[in-house]
Amino acid sequence: MAAEHLPTPSDRQRVVITGMGWITPLGHDLETVWRRLLAGDSGIAPIDRFDAATFPTTFAGQVRGYDVAKYLADPSVHEGVGLNSAFALGAARQAWDQAGLDSAADLDRRRVGMYLGAGEGVLDFEPYAAANLAGWDAERQIVDGARWVEKALEVMRRVREVEQEPNMPLAHLAREFGIRGPTYNCLTACAASTQAMGEAFSIIRRGDADVMLSGGTHTMIHVLGITGFNRLTALSTSDGDPTKASRPFSRDRGGFVMGEGSGMLVLESLAHAKARGARPLAEVLGYGSSADAFRITDIQPEGRGAAAAMEAALAQAGIDPHAVDADGRPGVHYISAHGTGTQENDSIETAAVKRVFGEVAPRIPMSSIKSMMGHLIAAAGSVEMIACVLAIRDGMLPPTINLEHPDPALDLDYVPNEARPSQVDVCLSNSFGFGGQNDTVVIRRF
Amino acid sequence: MSGHRRVYISGVGPITTFGVGMAPLWSALLEGRCGIAPITRFDASGFGCPFAAEVSAEVFTPRDWVPKSYRKAAKVMSRDIELAVGAAAAAIAEAGLSTRGTDPDATPTLPPARVGCHIGAGLIAADVDELTAALASSVDEDGVFSLAGWGATGMQNLTPLWMLKYLPNMLACHVTIIHDCQGPSNTITCAEASGVLSIGESMRVIERGDADCCLSGGAESKLNPMGMLRQQFADRLAAVSGEIDPASIVRPFSSDAAGTVVGEGGGILVLEAEDTLAARAGRPIAELAGFGAAHAACADGSGLEMDPAGEEVASAIARALDDARTDPSEIDAVVPYGSGIPAVDAVERAGLERIFGDRLPTLPIVTVVPNLGSCAAGAGAIGLAVAAKCLAEQHLPARLNASAGVPDGLDAAAAPARPADLRAVLSLSVGMGGQIAAAVMRRVP
Repeated sequence: MAAEHLPTPSDRQRVVITGMGWITPLGHDLETVWRRLLAGDSGIAPIDRFDAATFPTTFAGQVRGYDVAKYLADPSVHEGVGLNSAFALGAARQAWDQAGLDSAADLDRRRVGMYLGAGEGVLDFEPYAAANLAGWDAERQIVDGARWVEKALEVMRRVREVEQEPNMPLAHLAREFGIRGPTYNCLTACAASTQAMGEAFSIIRRGDADVMLSGGTHTMIHVLGITGFNRLTALSTSDGDPTKASRPFSRDRGGFVMGEGSGMLVLESLAHAKARGARPLAEVLGYGSSADAFRITDIQPEGRGAAAAMEAALAQAGIDPHAVDADGRPGVHYISAHGTGTQENDSIETAAVKRVFGEVAPRIPMSSIKSMMGHLIAAAGSVEMIACVLAIRDGMLPPTINLEHPDPALDLDYVPNEARPSQVDVCLSNSFGFGGQNDTVVIRRF
Repeated sequence: MSGHRRVYISGVGPITTFGVGMAPLWSALLEGRCGIAPITRFDASGFGCPFAAEVSAEVFTPRDWVPKSYRKAAKVMSRDIELAVGAAAAAIAEAGLSTRGTDPDATPTLPPARVGCHIGAGLIAADVDELTAALASSVDEDGVFSLAGWGATGMQNLTPLWMLKYLPNMLACHVTIIHDCQGPSNTITCAEASGVLSIGESMRVIERGDADCCLSGGAESKLNPMGMLRQQFADRLAAVSGEIDPASIVRPFSSDAAGTVVGEGGGILVLEAEDTLAARAGRPIAELAGFGAAHAACADGSGLEMDPAGEEVASAIARALDDARTDPSEIDAVVPYGSGIPAVDAVERAGLERIFGDRLPTLPIVTVVPNLGSCAAGAGAIGLAVAAKCLAEQHLPARLNASAGVPDGLDAAAAPARPADLRAVLSLSVGMGGQIAAAVMRRVP
């Protein structure tokens, strides 16, 4: 390499995104899904993964027509792969290919790590229920352990159980891509993949890896997943058109709609990307993490934790949230909201954004693509980050659909119902987890 | 990189079969006691290994460790959460910190926004009695479970907050709420590597100035039918039959090692920046000097068949040594995972051989799994707590190992406790799935 191309220290500490991929309820490739987001399409439909007809919630955003095998070098290596890992493998292959890492001749796999925010795998409900009921001692109101295990060993399957461990997507991706560097999985509920990208960014900045595959994958569209959220009364139980059920920021929002899928991104030091001639899609500028330390069931009412995460990310990015440039343009041009469509989240997130940006807040468009693909839970932050990068690329903001009845108490610009052209250079993406863990990542046009 | 803040351990809160805090654990380790016994929590007679190291009600009453003002929340704590809450209280007490949880009326020692929390967790199994009581309400006349009945009415028999008991991030969430930790918070779920990965992340968070203090570690209990079954399916548990001395079951690094035993437990460590610890006149137990991680090459997609060459174990250790700006010669003892699972032992051993070479045969290996079982996501924090205690006491615990066949070339056979000159101790974790984490702790002058 010629001397003038030697990286400067700042290039080693700057982190760029060089590849992206997703498997979502709106499709399985970057451009199709993006086109549908800009068109305001909904991926929400009746659940057919199991018979949910009598459940309080009967619809979700399912990934349909997906075949992981076409993304794998040798599918037999991943025999029995769970849905969680399968989504991750497809998304990661797209990201890896876009980043051109297979053609990176001397890629040092010990300098390639992973930080995922993957959820737990799908509970193998039928055999599980069968073992539990076989062991049930109605008189004593307990499960008899001996009877339970006898049935369990008969009906449960080894691979289906192992695949439920939340670190299995890491294992599959490490095997598929030969990754040997530091690998982590975090599971901070709905904040997981934003946190994962923030920590991956921090690991590269510190020099502990050149490349980090990061993102999330999750599905909770299974019997006990829907049950759990229905019991919490967090899910929309609308009985109308499923495509209208996810209504972030609308006055008549009635809870979130479950989605599933995966978003994966390749994060890389700028120096490494330059040295191998990779094209940066955007630069990661800042990351903030906080805890509400309030209640496991409720968000801190003033949005203290959410604001703290945003403020920390902006501070690291060197952006003054209250400042505007000579043309009156704020320092952040798009906020990808957590925007779940629950009464509580959307009100408090709005309050937190106002708390951070003050008078500038109404001038920053903020939308929720959960209105179209549902809430991907642990994977939500990763697909939302990809949408941010594409918003910068195309100068287009994805809308919040179903915003039919503005809530007088929510007075920010939620990009209602239709995509909008807009010059976007800096984006902020929020994810807030059940229990109070909050994460924000800020990116910029490269 | 220069200019890092040094990070110290100022409190350790292990929770194990021996009880809450370091005192009961340390005396058990010095005496070489074993807490493994036949399982009493449920009828485990049908499992291949009906033995475990339980944290019994005699040594741990969860309610006693939850502040009065937060007792209502105790009913939404799964076992794993209870263990984390107990461990955090013990660690904070040892560190001498005042928090909202120790005294709601006092000014906290540290500003809440400067305190982070990173607690590793596992896949938490639902309480089988509670869930099945609800499932049983949706069985039709023929004794068959009815999904239609479950959706329509059966699920109403689960308490509304049912799912919140089982989200892995709830360990950290309850601890942050009790002690008012508003700084960065994460939940790492990488099986046995979770604890050391969490403590390594806390170290980075403090180094880069995002917090001054972190409560960090992990906790888990696989002492339930589902947890045990998954371990059995993954071929990790020793097959035990007939009368057996429980202290003989786990035989780490032995040629006749035959698997591990489930333990309940975990640990929370208090990590603090050198400057803020000094400012509050706190006392360091040991320095957390270095951290490193890597991913094992595996033959299969699930990461169960690790390459026995141990190259990535060595890579994680080398990173931790580099980070501590030292080399293998400063390490005077190793606390590995040491599970007694032959394939995992082999990977650890191979990695240690790559790093320590000719010195390995005389390097003391501290094993605790024969005493307190394999505590899964809690294991790494227990290992680091023990490493810190060894450094503080300049003493090595006794070692249990019933095998006559401890392989040559490794100081891992049964041995009594002894004083030792320990400058630095290496801690190692290998997670089921392939994550490897290493940390170096140094004694404080």
